[in-house]
Amino acid sequence: MYERNIGEVVLEVKNISLSFGAMRVLNNISFNVRQGEIRSIIGPNGAGKSSMLNVLNGFYHPQEGTITYRGETRSQMKVHKAAEQGIARTFQNIALFKGMSTLDNIMTGRNLKIKANILQQAIYWGKAQREEIEHRKKVEGIIDFLEIQAIRKTPVGRLPYGMQKRVELGRALAAEPEILLLDEPMAGMNVEEKEDMSRFVLDINDEFGTTIILIEHDMGVVMDLSDRVIVLDYGLQLADGSPDEVRSNQKVIDAYLGVAH
Amino acid sequence: MRIERDVMYIFIATLFLMVAIPWVTGQLSEEIFFEWPFFFEVAIGGLLAGVMYSLVALGFVLIFKASGVFNFAQGAMVLFSALTLVGLNELGLPMWLAIVMTLVVMLILAVVIERVVLRPLVNQEHIILFMATIGITYFLDGFGQTIWGSEVKILDLGIPSEPGFYFDGKILINDFDLIAALIAGVLVITLALFFQYTRIGRALRAVADDHQAALSVGIPLKHIWVIVWAVAGIVALVAGIMWGSKLGVQFSLALIALKALPVLILGGFTSVPGAIVGGLIIGAGEKIAEVFIAPLIGGGIEDWFAYMLALAFLVFRPQGLFGEKIIERV
Repeated sequence: MYERNIGEVVLEVKNISLSFGAMRVLNNISFNVRQGEIRSIIGPNGAGKSSMLNVLNGFYHPQEGTITYRGETRSQMKVHKAAEQGIARTFQNIALFKGMSTLDNIMTGRNLKIKANILQQAIYWGKAQREEIEHRKKVEGIIDFLEIQAIRKTPVGRLPYGMQKRVELGRALAAEPEILLLDEPMAGMNVEEKEDMSRFVLDINDEFGTTIILIEHDMGVVMDLSDRVIVLDYGLQLADGSPDEVRSNQKVIDAYLGVAH
Repeated sequence: MRIERDVMYIFIATLFLMVAIPWVTGQLSEEIFFEWPFFFEVAIGGLLAGVMYSLVALGFVLIFKASGVFNFAQGAMVLFSALTLVGLNELGLPMWLAIVMTLVVMLILAVVIERVVLRPLVNQEHIILFMATIGITYFLDGFGQTIWGSEVKILDLGIPSEPGFYFDGKILINDFDLIAALIAGVLVITLALFFQYTRIGRALRAVADDHQAALSVGIPLKHIWVIVWAVAGIVALVAGIMWGSKLGVQFSLALIALKALPVLILGGFTSVPGAIVGGLIIGAGEKIAEVFIAPLIGGGIEDWFAYMLALAFLVFRPQGLFGEKIIERV
């Protein structure tokens, strides 16, 4: 085990509750995330894991509770604000721009870094041209990092599932995020692909110091990668702690294995 | 832009047929008059009309690229802008001021459409956005005619419309058509470059593909939509001016949009250059067919020729000449 470099709390949610009509999806959830850690959210299907991520990047707006990020406390995130402030994400069911090439998909990730105005872009001159070249370099770096050089020009709609997941990760990385939200990055993958993806997650965390919030069903992967784990079940927070603590928690065992009545 | 080889083949074959069929029919039938200068006159007239089709088709392409939605309201926007222009002009504004004011009106319209219609529908199915554009169509048709009246109006820009003779008087071309095609051509090329070679083009395609994903990488959906609808509004205005001064400003302007359909099917819904090439082929094709083929079967080809051509394309190349091929993994 290598040295973990974990810092201050960067993100804290307190007493978050979210309902859709009469359906309570999240019930009084509180946890924090520290700089540079890999924080996992686990739980059975329908536990509210994806909803939690959607709250963090502003797709869903909770009815109660607060989110503190970068020292600013607010009752909800706004999608655009979240993206601007360095929260990038991938989606459970891949949300790539299917008609566009891998390269273009990842380039869209740099959208917020573009400083040239519309007019400069239109005539592709001066600043716009310099910027485009610089962004392109960054993106090529990411393509190398994720080992997807061979599919650079392929429309992503044509790629196999595992590769699409990788491109989506690339697009999120292109924004140079502070916090990366990964929603089941390994779902539907075979062992080999899972190993690759795990390696990328660890490398991103290690090399770029990116904080990662991870939702994953594969317990082996979660327990290996995570620094701390939150367990949700039917919108309730069952446990929060190191992988070992969570593993031995009776409530968690009951939720996963069922309990005799 | 890379041109695929089969697009080249289709293109060459089309050109060949356009020349060969008239020549053959000319030889075969007494009724058909075929001579090269006359053929070119017909073809050029058709091409010039085709540029005007391209202009209308372009409005569709822009919005299709940015939202994946066929904007049913494009024709209504053409009518609305022309009505507004003539209306303002009749109120006593000089023509240039009326044009500027109409531009402003179209920009406001874009902002209003984004705010009132599109924003509440973010992340909905394309078909729902499409139906919303049908709503916009009825609103614009009614609103425009309520304010400015529904009688036929004359739009006179002072462009000469006398026929001009070129190439030693052998070929007759209407000067108005020439100027209109020139203006349309400049506009079309400017927009093609703008959307092909800027990062805005990429953002557009991203928004069309997936709203939510576009939002998550920080693409400002609102701005993109306002920009696109504003540009579509400007294109509609230019089309409205050109077609309005040709046909008079009246309700049938809204139906011009129907002529853009086959152009789009031919060129591909997502391609600006496709709209140009499609317009030219349809324009020239229908004129040539009308003059050199119609007499054989009793006339009246021009009205349906474009749609038949589009039908043939749907069978053999559903994505159009330059459209993005749809790939679905199952």
